[in-house]
Amino acid sequence: MAVIRDVMPALDLLQPATAAEAQRLLADIGPGAWVMAGGLDSFDWLKDRIKKPTVLVDLSGIDELRGIRESNGGLEIGAMTTLTEIASHQNVKKNFSLLAEAVSVVASPQIRNQGTLGGNVAQDVRCWYYRGGWPCYRAGGNTCYADTPVGRNREHAIFGASRCIAVNPSDSAPALIALDAKFVILGSKGERVIDAEEFFVGPEHEITRIHILQPGDLLTAIRIPATWSGAKFYFEKVRDRNVWDFPLMNVASAIKFSGDKIEDIRIAVNAASPKPMRLKNVEAAVRGKAASEATGAMAGKLAVEGAIPLQFNAYKIPLMRNLVKRAISGVKEATWA
Amino acid sequence: MGLIRWVISPWGQSVPSHAAWVLVWVALIAAIFFAVAHTLYVALVAPAKKSAPAAPVAGVPERVPRHSLLARLFHWIMAAAMLALLFSAFLPILGMRFNWVQFHWIAGLLLTASILFHIVHATLAMDFWAIWPDCADVKDAINRVKKFFGKPASEPGRFAKYPLENKLYHLVVMLAGLAVIVTGLFMMKRVPSIFSPRNPYVAFHDLTWGLVYALHGLAGVAFIALTVIHVYFGLRPEKLPITKSMIFGWMSRDFYLSKYDQNRWKIEPPKTSTDTD
Repeated sequence: MAVIRDVMPALDLLQPATAAEAQRLLADIGPGAWVMAGGLDSFDWLKDRIKKPTVLVDLSGIDELRGIRESNGGLEIGAMTTLTEIASHQNVKKNFSLLAEAVSVVASPQIRNQGTLGGNVAQDVRCWYYRGGWPCYRAGGNTCYADTPVGRNREHAIFGASRCIAVNPSDSAPALIALDAKFVILGSKGERVIDAEEFFVGPEHEITRIHILQPGDLLTAIRIPATWSGAKFYFEKVRDRNVWDFPLMNVASAIKFSGDKIEDIRIAVNAASPKPMRLKNVEAAVRGKAASEATGAMAGKLAVEGAIPLQFNAYKIPLMRNLVKRAISGVKEATWA
Repeated sequence: MGLIRWVISPWGQSVPSHAAWVLVWVALIAAIFFAVAHTLYVALVAPAKKSAPAAPVAGVPERVPRHSLLARLFHWIMAAAMLALLFSAFLPILGMRFNWVQFHWIAGLLLTASILFHIVHATLAMDFWAIWPDCADVKDAINRVKKFFGKPASEPGRFAKYPLENKLYHLVVMLAGLAVIVTGLFMMKRVPSIFSPRNPYVAFHDLTWGLVYALHGLAGVAFIALTVIHVYFGLRPEKLPITKSMIFGWMSRDFYLSKYDQNRWKIEPPKTSTDTD
């Protein structure tokens, strides 16, 4: 398909100064508005003419969306806070190192300097058929070009496919789920706070959207409660190029111990499914057990039950099995824990 | 605004993608408008005439059997499947989020199975031709139209087992049903199911696939209007005896004698079981 590249299309640029003003603009403009946070993904979409909004709402001038604030032993992180700020924040590193580790392996240092937490969790899927402008399900069409006998689907889903098989590419998402984070959304009816897991939606529910944000909604902050402060954490990301790449898969776990036994645990995996997966069955299975090799191996096997590989991504099953295993049995030795 | 949404295929061709979903609202509003207009017409222009109680006729039981238990079961199973299909197809388009694809194809298979059963049952155990328009229906329809426009015409006859409107509705539903079922069965190859893995390259070119999706959507949209109109007539006071017969299997002798032509819908002597055609 002929696509004009590298030249920005003509559109209106709006630069609100407050979150309330931004939300009003988004509500007024509706589906024609494009929300730009760090702008790292936005410019690709716009310059490739794959997404064609009429108005660009640039959030970079809204100071109230930036910064990390302490709150009841937890943290409130503005959606426009950069990944570098989060990775280097003392409180994050001390009490919620899981998030610091997760955001420190996003892309490259330059991208982390510009990329925001809100943009990282809300970024769209990386499927090249979709991003190439093909009329796939996610683009509003009636087919998936990746899920075919010859489609290139090495990076795609082994769980949760429903017509679309693209995976959520966020590195911070599983960490935020493991930390039981809450997402603060400002909409036309005011502010609402939802669990991190509920922020993401799969194609079985909504195929053209990867999160629950509707036109007129604005993600303003992410709150991390004190609940998991200082727990034992494990994060691991596997990618093709260690210097700069999206995850083939990543895993995040937060574990509280009582003696040698796992008292409580939250564990999530991303890039295995169209939305980040919290592994509740694994959590239930390992509670009360030692974080041993045997427990990890059992958890790994349990985690991949029901996985359905595509033509070129069967490797993701042992990958996920081993990541989950290490997220449990390796948690005590993790250097950043 | 067109009937079909078009997209550019990876090979640069303009191909249909699916029906234009604004038609969902068009079908719904048109059907509601028709129901309101018909209600006003019947109330203000042509109120239904009450016929005098008919005298008992030999051989016509007090409860005239109309639909067998199997026929009624088919009807209600098909109705449940159709409602499930409509809700699972169009609620997500209207913004309600749920895992609709599985519900949709399961309901679609249920509809397909029930219609296959209906074809066999209607062919072997029912009066197959009773639902098809015949010469008498056409002559009566012409007479009714002439009288409507104030032209001289013979008095239209009474109905056979099914009035012409009912027969025409069945015909339209049959055609729309055939369209959604045939296209739907092909479309199942594009989603993973318990029967086969998905394969979007099976059978058709992009253009043909687009037409399959568009036809499926257009017929589905038509079913919105058809269903609303069907429910409307099913609830109209003068049609309630017919609706009740789809629940209980019979209609009253009075209703039968006042509305139906005994020669065109012959009542067989009652059987010992209630399971009759």
